[in-house]
Formats: sequence, C-alpha cells, structure tokens
Amino acid sequence: MTITIHDLRKLPGSYMPGSAACPGCGATLAFRLVSRALGPNTVYIVPACCFSVIQAPYPKSAISAPLYNIAFAAAAATASGVHRAYKAVNKDVNVVVWAGDGGTVDIGIQALSGAAERKEDLIYVCYDNEAYMNTGIQRSGATPLKAWTKTTPTGKREMPKDMPMILAAHRVPYVATASVGYPFDLVNKFEKAKNIRGFKYIHILSPCPPGWDFPVEKTAEVGKLAVDTYFWPLYEIEGGKLKITVKPRKRPLKEFIRLQGRFRTITDEEIDELEKIVMEKWQFLEHLEKSERVF
Amino acid sequence: MGKEGKWEIITGNHAAAIAAKLSRVKVVPAYPITPQTTIVEYIASFIDSGQMDAEYIRVESEHSAMAAAIGASAAGVRTFTATASQGLLLMSEVLHWAAGSRLPIGMAVVNRAVGPPWNIHVDHQDTMSQRDTGWIQIYVSSNQEVLDTILMMYKVAENPDVLLPFMVCLDGFVLSHTYMPVNIPPQEEVDVFLPPYNPTHWKLDPTSPITFGNLALPDEYQEMRWSMDLAMRRALDIIEDVTEEFFERFGRYHGGAVWKYKLQESDYAVVTMGTMASEAEVAVDELREEGIDVGLLKIRSFRPFPHRDISETLIDKRGVIVIDRSIAFSSGGPIGTEIRSSLYNLADRPPVVNYVTGLGGRDITHQDIIAMVKDAIGRITSRRIRRPYYWFKLKPEFERIEISEEVRL
Repeated sequence: MTITIHDLRKLPGSYMPGSAACPGCGATLAFRLVSRALGPNTVYIVPACCFSVIQAPYPKSAISAPLYNIAFAAAAATASGVHRAYKAVNKDVNVVVWAGDGGTVDIGIQALSGAAERKEDLIYVCYDNEAYMNTGIQRSGATPLKAWTKTTPTGKREMPKDMPMILAAHRVPYVATASVGYPFDLVNKFEKAKNIRGFKYIHILSPCPPGWDFPVEKTAEVGKLAVDTYFWPLYEIEGGKLKITVKPRKRPLKEFIRLQGRFRTITDEEIDELEKIVMEKWQFLEHLEKSERVF
Repeated sequence: MGKEGKWEIITGNHAAAIAAKLSRVKVVPAYPITPQTTIVEYIASFIDSGQMDAEYIRVESEHSAMAAAIGASAAGVRTFTATASQGLLLMSEVLHWAAGSRLPIGMAVVNRAVGPPWNIHVDHQDTMSQRDTGWIQIYVSSNQEVLDTILMMYKVAENPDVLLPFMVCLDGFVLSHTYMPVNIPPQEEVDVFLPPYNPTHWKLDPTSPITFGNLALPDEYQEMRWSMDLAMRRALDIIEDVTEEFFERFGRYHGGAVWKYKLQESDYAVVTMGTMASEAEVAVDELREEGIDVGLLKIRSFRPFPHRDISETLIDKRGVIVIDRSIAFSSGGPIGTEIRSSLYNLADRPPVVNYVTGLGGRDITHQDIIAMVKDAIGRITSRRIRRPYYWFKLKPEFERIEISEEVRL
C-alpha cells in the first residue's frame, strides 16, 4: 500500500506542539512524518542528539509516544534490550532508535553494528544533519567534503562514511535512504520497514538551517535539491536487492551548494570536483541496481 | 521453613548463574570477561537447553551489555548480567544511567584487578571505582552467599522504596572458580519468596506513554539525586527485613548490611569485606586463643553504607583494624575512609588503623590478618598511628622505601 497525502493527513503522529526545536528543523519534520507512518504502538530510544533538547525539558514533553533517553554510544544496544524484553513477554511493539549522525556513524557505530549483526527486530533511524549540531556545529563522520563547521573552519577534508552501505554489508533485511524533501518516499519506506522482521536501517537527510546556514523557510527545498542534484540519492536495499526510488531531476550541484553558507568558501572548480564524485556514486548505484544482489 | 533444597558442590560462578535462573530473569545481555566467563556460559546453556525461559543477548561489549539491560528493565522485565574489572569500567557511564533511571537490574561482579598491567586476579579496585554510580553493592564470602544474596537483592532492589540496581561482588577465582557445597533452594520456594517483577514506578509502554530522561534543569535535578540517596539509605532497613524473611523461609543467614563475629565484649574489631572476612574469622579464633580479645565486623553492604550500625557496634572498642583490598591513591583504603566517617563525630571514638593489601590477587591468609591485628594493637597501645593508612605485605625492598617515606612524614 502506498501512502498518499490524504492518508498522511489522517494518520495520528506522536509529535505535539511546543517542542524546543529551531525554526525550520529538518529532524523535527522527519520525526513528524515517521511517527505518522509508524503509529502510536512505537517506542523511541534516543541517544544524545538534537532530539534530546527538541523533545522539551522535564516535566514537559512534545512527544506523545514512549521515549527513553540514553547515553550517546548506547542507543542500538538499549533498543535491543527493549525489543527482547517485549519478545520475552509476547508483546509486539515497534522499537525505534531515533539518533543523529554523531550517535550513528561515530560514537554509536559499534552498538549499531552489533545490533545489526544480531538481526535485532528494530528500526534504526539516523536523522542526518551532517554534523554535531546540538553542541554547536562540529564536524562528524557524516559531514560532507568541503563543508565548514566550527572544527573544520577551512572546510572538511575527508569524505563522509557511507553508512547505508556499511549497514547493507551487514546483510540486514532492509536499508534505505530518505530525505525530508521527498516526504512520500520517506513515509512509504517506513510503512514498508514496519512490516519487515529483523533489522531495518533508514538514513534520513535532515537539513539544518543554523548548521548549514540557509534561510529557515528553505528546509524542504534544500532537502529536495539534495536529491535532485544527485548529492543525496534515494534508494532502498531490500533483501540485498538495490532499487533507486526517486529519479533526480538532473539539477546542477551548484544550486544545492550555493544555497548554503557552510559551503561559502568553496570555489566553482571545487564544486566541479565534488560533482564528479557525486556522479560517480550515482553511476555506481545505477550499476548496483542492475545487479541481482548488492550483498 | 518450606521444602528442603538440594546440595551440590559448585563454583561461585555456577551459583550466580543458578541464582539468575531461580530468579526467573527474562533478559540476560552477556559479554565474556575472565573470571566472570563461566557465569554467562552456564546461563547460555540453561537457556539453550530449555531449563531457563529468557532472552539471551550476545552483545558486542560491556557498554552494550549494560545498555541492553537498561532497555530490558525499562520495558518492565527482570534483568541480569555479569562482568568484572575492565568490563565494569567500560560500563561506568551506563551504570550511572541504570541507577538514575531507577531500574532494579541485577549484576554479578567477579572482582578482579584493573590494568595495566594485565592481571586477572582478585582485588576490589574495579567495584570501588564504581561505588558512587547509585548501585547497591553487596560483597560476599562464600558460594552459598553468592546464590542467596542474588535472590535476596532482587527483592530489596524491586521494593518500591528502593528501585535501584544492585551488584553482588564475589572475589575472582577465590569464589568464582572454587568449588564449595551449596544448597540450591527449590524453585517453588523461591517463587513464593520472590514474586514476578511488576514495575509500578514507570516502564516503556505504548498504552501509557511517558518521556524518560529528558533535560532536567537546575531547578529539578538536585531533588532527583536526593531521591536516589534517600532510596539508598532506606534500602538499609529493607536489607535487614529481607535477610530475616530469607532466614525464616530458607534457614540461612549471612548477616544483613554487616555480619558480626565474636564482636560483643571484644576489645578490638577487625573490619573487612569479601573472602578476606572468611580468613579474618579464622584469625579471630586464633587470636582469642592467644588471649587477644578481637572480633570481626564484615561489611556486606558497602552501598548503602551502614554508618549507624557501625558506629553503634564500634563505639566501645579500644581500636579498629580496617583491611582494604583496593587503594584510593594517597587517601587510603575506601573502607577505612568510610569507617572513620562513621566514627568521627562520636565523643569517645576508637582509633582506626587502616591497611591496604591483597592487590592483584596477592594472597592474604589468616596469618597475615593476625600479623596486621598485632601490628595495629602495637600502634594503638603505644599511640604510634602516624599515617592514615599502611601498606601491608609489600616485598621487603619496597617495604623499606615505604617505611622511609613514613619517617619523612
């Protein structure tokens, strides 16, 4: 079943007014969509990340589903414990990790890899704002090449980790990328994931107005352009088979880059270089799509 | 008293695993470390052979073992794990998280020295370094006590006035790998003593959603820590009640927060923990035969620390000899520090001589304890307690350096 805008409007989400998010927050947009797709029979495990603050301080909460905050490196292991406890008492609940990129690709990667290898029945979500935004914009293993952060004042010199492919190499039943710029692609991936048994990994690009330095009303546009410029391809790997889920609208990378202050020092030649890398990745994905299995 | 148990000759680790089975824990996250390993091996075999109905999570680190235990307990089921030494240290961050979340997780810690250098033998540095994580810490000195204490402590920890996690600390190899006769109580008797865990304070439940652990600002935080401290203090009475109840049902008593041996009317008291306390019992008997009037106070519960019981018991002594198996560098033995704290505000407090010894598995026999007691009595009677603590059983060349340091003080 494919979810349409009419269905989505009727679905109850777990996000209530009064959160402490920044205006234009991509992660919040993502959570609103995801919680509608997953429904109220869902438990969220949240390591240190922007959402530690976004959910609002005690004794209030902007989240109407059960949510447990845990130490930075521990989310996937904690979620494993929650899932196994429910299994032990025959309860069927969606157990979801809701983690930022630091908690996923850096400090949380060990617990994540362990849970994926054990095939725990979880949905692990990385909402990726491409740096440590909650601590005030420091580079992470997910920060793109050339991007400015406070710990890469002249631009990052390394490529980010390809986390979805790292998870796909664990041969988990479902891996997908998503963007808040393509909400129906996003919710349909969660709709699919919740009906698959085993470990599911969904990596959502979540544009961050203060961290990426773009106007707060442009979050959806930046999220769309990331896909349409091939910067953030949307695909899923189900049972080892890769499928590109959104065909980009073939826009030049420059349009995505020049919208954001974090790339302000990048030259046109460097954009060309970056575009080359991005297109190589895209061609590689097209090649993988033709293969019987990726892993 | 109910049905009789069954006698078996087993190791301390086997006793810990059987206790987890008898407690009907539902989730066991496990990661191996010497000398804890056989605990998680026994539990794996119990589960795989169908003797135990529980989920076993083969995690990839101790940090994840404790994180998974937190998740399971937060979802509302009884949870058990075990570790030692470096494993406990790796858990440190999430130990705080378990206690702060008020989750009555049970854990066996097989005490082992910490590196470097690598050393797999007993001392208490690992658990002492985690004493302020909000976990109840009970130190035991026999395999029977390992088994019985785990059963008792679930009942204490799950009490609505407590709701804190607990570690039962057993000395590496001295208990973990040593065979002793242990009476294994019948499951039906344990079931009556320890009913299923049913959290009423909070749990992760989609039919009753709550957010747990979000930001608490300075206006809220301090009272949350106070409530943990209050729970820890209240646990002292509950430990006494539960050990009484256990005695009535099973006929065994290992002491409550402390175990007292020939302490009444004695001039001097030896204070120690773990298996050194068993050696100290023998030492007390031999010293009394020599006419030296000494008794033993074994600390079972280091957290909560039984200050009142200790000060009331030790007030009339001529001197107190405290033997620690860990070192707070430049400060002394952690038990020594606590005992002084118990006694300091008393008007006629006895002098305290504190020894640090037995590190990294250095064997401490009853003869060593006799030597420490005699050395201490000499210092007490001649008023020569010049240092807050003394190292004991250093090699002679190091002892010489230590003595010259003492003169310089």
